[in-house]
This record gives sequence, structure tokens and C-alpha cells, in this order.
Amino acid sequence: MTAPSSVTIVGASLAGLRAAETLRRDGFDGPVTLIGAEPHEPYDRPPLSKQVLAGDWEPDRIALTPSDKLADLDLDLRFGTTAVGFDLASRTLRLASGETGGKTGGETLETDALLIATGARCRTLGLPLQGVHVLRSLDDCLELRADFDAAPDRVVVVGAGFIGAEVAATARTRGLDVTMVEALDAPLIRVLGPEMGEVCAAVHRDHGIDLRTGVGVEGLDGAGRVERVRLTDGSAVAASVVVVGIGVIPNTEWLEGSGLALDDGVVCDASGLAASGVAAAGDVARWPNRRFGYPMRVEHWDNAAAQGAHSARALLGATEPYQPVPWFWSDQYDRKIQLAGHVRPDDEVRVVAGSVAERRFAALYGRGGKLVGALGFNRPRHVMRYRAMIEQGAAFEEALAAEV
Amino acid sequence: MRIVVDFDLCESNAVCMQIAPDIFEVRDDDFLYILNETPGEDDRARVEECVQRCPKQAISVAD
Repeated sequence: MTAPSSVTIVGASLAGLRAAETLRRDGFDGPVTLIGAEPHEPYDRPPLSKQVLAGDWEPDRIALTPSDKLADLDLDLRFGTTAVGFDLASRTLRLASGETGGKTGGETLETDALLIATGARCRTLGLPLQGVHVLRSLDDCLELRADFDAAPDRVVVVGAGFIGAEVAATARTRGLDVTMVEALDAPLIRVLGPEMGEVCAAVHRDHGIDLRTGVGVEGLDGAGRVERVRLTDGSAVAASVVVVGIGVIPNTEWLEGSGLALDDGVVCDASGLAASGVAAAGDVARWPNRRFGYPMRVEHWDNAAAQGAHSARALLGATEPYQPVPWFWSDQYDRKIQLAGHVRPDDEVRVVAGSVAERRFAALYGRGGKLVGALGFNRPRHVMRYRAMIEQGAAFEEALAAEV
Repeated sequence: MRIVVDFDLCESNAVCMQIAPDIFEVRDDDFLYILNETPGEDDRARVEECVQRCPKQAISVAD
């Protein structure tokens, strides 16, 4: 395979930027266009639910790369531009200005190779009341922060996934009263399993969060501004700010009819290619992870960074399969929660270091006799050691017995 | 090549330790230790990967 004559990267967040950096580092000197819907230079999202929301950091601290280094990459930068269509046969993108692509100028761009890194957007409750937020972008964060600055009586967080749990922790640390509502029986069950989900529940309750589990949201009340959250158990919680963290939807609508396969993400092969000369990376990419033997779509920071680089190399002709052991971290209060691997709710889980009671421990997950996951609460060294063991295909018993 | 870690940013996520355990180590005290601050050119690709994968962007390379 010869190198492409030009590359266009759609999506200027972590995966897209790491892809651009990798193309240049690996010696690609043809034209590279980087298209981003948001008006900002690439920035880091994890601090949006933590330091920036807390008011400890201003937005100028979260650039993913300094402006001069971005300029050194010699990219054609198109921020505030949205891709609204693509045709695989003619390799033509349709572009529009503005974040939602509302102002259609009908501009088209031909590209030899395409890297899709359009990420995902938040699910919403579809209720247009003031004071109801989602958190994905810097602008979302600053709007929510302004509402926190106004010292609301109570913040209601809907959904106790990562975003919900981190926002709840940050709000509580700011001294706000918080109710967190989770439809499942504990926070983070889908990613940590029920047993460790209960540990997370206890951590939040220790910090004074009013955590309601096994209950959904029936509706929101308010005239103009939200006043009340009605729950499915018939109760209601007064709220002046509501943050909705109920998952994301991959941004693939613009690729409908393009000739690419879509199925809860852009369907890729094991190396990250969706078609010859077309790759995807980050939250939007679904690919068969051979290490685990099933397709996955991973919404973690580390995956965006690593897959952005990997998919860029795939466009340059590399054929290695992308088969990482997924890894994420989540900072809540003074706890650093990290998970390596891919956990299912019915995996066996065993604490191997420290204790749950002191909230500093490592736990391992086993499935079919193999080590498939390692969770740490303030145990970064353990998690990385076990991550390497997952990579090596270690047996569960072997991992349980290992000195780490 | 000289490795610089901003310890105000570093939160001991230990990603670097997994990529280059001969250069970075997070010990049981949860602190990061740099085992080799001036690795050779052979290590540049791995160190650059550490820079890119550090979740806190705490690592940089001076020449």
C-alpha cells in the first residue's frame, strides 16, 4: 500500500490531534486537514468535570498542545466547521460552518484518506428548561460552572456513571447539596460490576451525597427554569440545577449513505480501517478487539489517544491489529479509581491488596479462568502491573497468587 | 534527551511506567520516580509515547 496523497481528519479532540501528530512524526509530509466542530483549539476534556468545574483551573490550562506546537504540525486547521456528509466512492466531504452545521455553505473537500474522530454527544432528557445541563464540551462546562457559582440550593445529578459521579463529587467538594439518581442498583455497575458499584455508592454517601438507586426520572417540573425532578418511585426532589449524565451517542449521522458501515459507531476492521483509506478512532469507532474476542467501542481518554495514533498508522499502511487492554481513571473526591481491562457485571471479583474499608485497594476480575480486569482505588501501581498481566493473557488463579 | 516531569501535574497514573518501566516507576507510596532522566536516542519513540499517553500531560522532553 502506498501512502495517501492527502489526509483529512474529522474531529479535533484527543483522537484527531493524536492522529495528526502521529502522521507527522511518522514522516507523512502531504497535506493534512484537521476539522473540528467546536471553535476552540484541541483541549483536554477530563478536567471539565473536575478542576475547571471546581473553579480551580481556567480554560487556558487545558490546551492539549501549545499553539506553537500545533502550528509546527503544518496542518490546515478548520475549527468551527462541521462535516455534514461524505461519499466514499468519490472521497468527497461536505462541510458546513458552525458547530451544528446549521449554516450550510455547501463547501466540499476531496481527500485521499479520511480519519473519522467525531466522538459522541450526550444523551439528553429532551426537556428544554433552564438549569438543566449535560457536560461534554468546554462551553457546557462553563455554563454549568456559572450555575454552580450562583450557589444553588440543590444540584440533582441524573445518572451515576463517570460523568455523573465526577460532577457529583465536584459539586459536593464545592459545598453544594447534591442528590444523585441512578436507575440501576449502584453507580458504575456496567463498568465495575455490582459489588464494586456498591463500594462507589458508599464513597459518595460518606461524602454526604443523597444517592437514590434503582429509581429513574419520571420528569422535570419548572416554569422556564427547572424546579423539581420527579422520580419513578413517586417521590420528587427540589432542584435548581440538574446535570444529566446518561450516556452518549456516537456522532455518525453525517456518514449515513456514505457507503461506510455504521452500527453504534463506525464499523472498523481489527486494524481500525472502515474502508480502504478510511479509518476511525476514539469514541466513534467500533472494532473487533482480538484480545477479548468481541467488538467494542471504548469511550475512554486513553483509548482516544492510543487509537488515534494507531488508526493514523493504519492509513499509512500499517496492518497490526489494534488490541489494547482498555484503561481509564476517574478522580472522585480524593480517590483515584482506575480500571484496566473489560469487565462484565457477572465476572468474579476478588480484592487482592488493601481493603475496601479503607478505600485503598486493588481488586481483580476473572472470567472463564482468565484475568480480564483490575480495579484500583488509589492503587495506580497495582493496576498497571495487572494491566500487563491481562496483556500477557494471564490465568485468574495466577494473577491472584502473583506478588505485585 | 532529558526527561522533565511536572510533579505538580503528575498524579501517578502510571501509564508511563507501563510503556517504559526501565525509565519510570510508580512505587507503593504512590509517587513517580524517574529511573533514568537522560535515556538514549534509542528510547525516544517510547518516551514520546509516554508524553502523548500521559493523562495529565505532565511529561515533556528537553532535547
